Amino acid sequence: MAGRFWRRFFSGERRWAALGILAVLALWEAGHRVYGDFVLPSPLATLTALGRLTLDGDLGPAILTTTRDALSGFLVATLIGSLLGGLAGRSTPLRAMLQPVATMLIGVPAIAWVVLSLLWFGGSGLAATFSVAVAVGPLVFAAATQGTRTVDGGLRMMARSFRVPLHVRLADVYLPHVLSYLLPALGAALAMSWKVAVMAELLSGAGGIGDGLAAARAEVDTARTMAWVVVVVALLLIVERLVIEPVRRYFETWRRGLPGEAP
Amino acid sequence: MSGEALVATGLSHGFAGVPVLDGIDLTVPRGGVLAILGPSGAGKTTLLAILGGLLAPDAGHVERPFERPAFVFQDPLLLPWRTARGNVAFALTGRRLSRAERLGRARSMLVKVGLGQDEAGRYPHQLSGGMRKRVALARALAVEPDLMLLDEAFSALDVGLAREMQRLVRLDAQERGVTVVLVTHDLSEAVRLADELVVLSGRPAHVACRVAIGRPSRLRDDAFVEAEIRRLAASEAIRDAFRPTLSG
Ligand SMILES: Nc1ncnc2c1ncn2[C@@H]1O[C@H](COP(=O)(O)OP(=O)(O)O)[C@@H](O)[C@H]1O
Ligand SMILES: [Mg+2]
Repeated sequence: MAGRFWRRFFSGERRWAALGILAVLALWEAGHRVYGDFVLPSPLATLTALGRLTLDGDLGPAILTTTRDALSGFLVATLIGSLLGGLAGRSTPLRAMLQPVATMLIGVPAIAWVVLSLLWFGGSGLAATFSVAVAVGPLVFAAATQGTRTVDGGLRMMARSFRVPLHVRLADVYLPHVLSYLLPALGAALAMSWKVAVMAELLSGAGGIGDGLAAARAEVDTARTMAWVVVVVALLLIVERLVIEPVRRYFETWRRGLPGEAP
Repeated sequence: MSGEALVATGLSHGFAGVPVLDGIDLTVPRGGVLAILGPSGAGKTTLLAILGGLLAPDAGHVERPFERPAFVFQDPLLLPWRTARGNVAFALTGRRLSRAERLGRARSMLVKVGLGQDEAGRYPHQLSGGMRKRVALARALAVEPDLMLLDEAFSALDVGLAREMQRLVRLDAQERGVTVVLVTHDLSEAVRLADELVVLSGRPAHVACRVAIGRPSRLRDDAFVEAEIRRLAASEAIRDAFRPTLSG
């Protein structure tokens, strides 16, 4: 019974995914054997450090804080980025005005935003939210602009000819097309949100996984550092799998069987 | 007479400085059927868009005393992310109908164009070209239009199916007094459906000739249609418009 479940679970693509993760773990272990505990603690030592973090009660609050920082910034970036991007896609003057600004903002290193927002907002949680929003927003903006700009002119004309109300046109003509640009960008933006949030926390010392990393570094505790890294990666994967992936699947059912798409 | 007909006066239009239409005058009485003929690239699609109010002409004026225009475009222009049923229902979203009523009406209209339950649930990319055209036709009929503009609506269909769809449009139009403007490459289609034929030619296009078809369309049998085509084929302008090398 259980055997059959696992065999089903690890069939097809999942088997290759598991194989990839196993390969990484094996390399990690090999690296540990070559370089020793200080440079690269073994996966097992990392797991032990993770257990200690949990028992000490450090893990839960850190995860909450980092999630709050990353998701609040991501949400602000998504709302403002897609709104402005959508408008810029429809208005040439607005696009001409905003696009260079977005390019400029993308060019500023994320760490520079962190430093600036610490100067502006001090050690409050706002610093992380702001850094994430301003680092990630332009990416969302660019995707939304491109998506809105490339909506099929024929379909727009068709909708107009049948006098379809504006809100239906937005939902049925624009949105599905824009989402095919926006959703992949949101996936990338979400991943970046965690990284920037951790970066901001590391410098601000106001709690979160970044703060934990800073402490682990101060104590030269490599195992604990690795444990925190594992936590960030796990968080990122969970949110990607639980939120982004289902949304993408829901909005793209119609693509099934299109040439070049998986059945 | 005013307020009871689709009247176009002195329509001229160009794209990027290249003139396409030059001084077109047309009148289609309410309930009448006009066929626009002409070689490929003559400006038929452009003229139809202007008549339907989708394109503002550079010069001239269109009187359009209609409430519910419906188009069948040359490309079907279906939403790729909606099923056939969803695409037909989409045209009804402006109406005071519940979602169930819209879908119900879409389903029965699809049956009329020969698409069953199975096809109704498919996405456009899962349908053949001819089926997509019929979905577009069902979408136009579903809104119960008072003005119908058909751009080569029957061209992707095989002969039997095209005849059937033409009959459907003719009956629907007669029953509800719909005014119809249709663009076609098929002379027999024009002769079967239209009260008047207008041939565009030249660059920019002008009206090269107008032909009225006397007999009511429900009384036109195959023999009549054949005789009319022979009569029309004698005309130079019409021969020009139908040189097969130019059609497409
Ligand atoms: N949107 C457009 N932009 C530029 N040129 C166009 C556009 N639409 C049509 N044309 C040009 O206008 C001419 C008439 O086109 P069209 O009305 O589609 O002809 P038809 O339907 O008779 O084949 C063609 O030369 C075509 O290239
Ligand atoms: Mg055309």
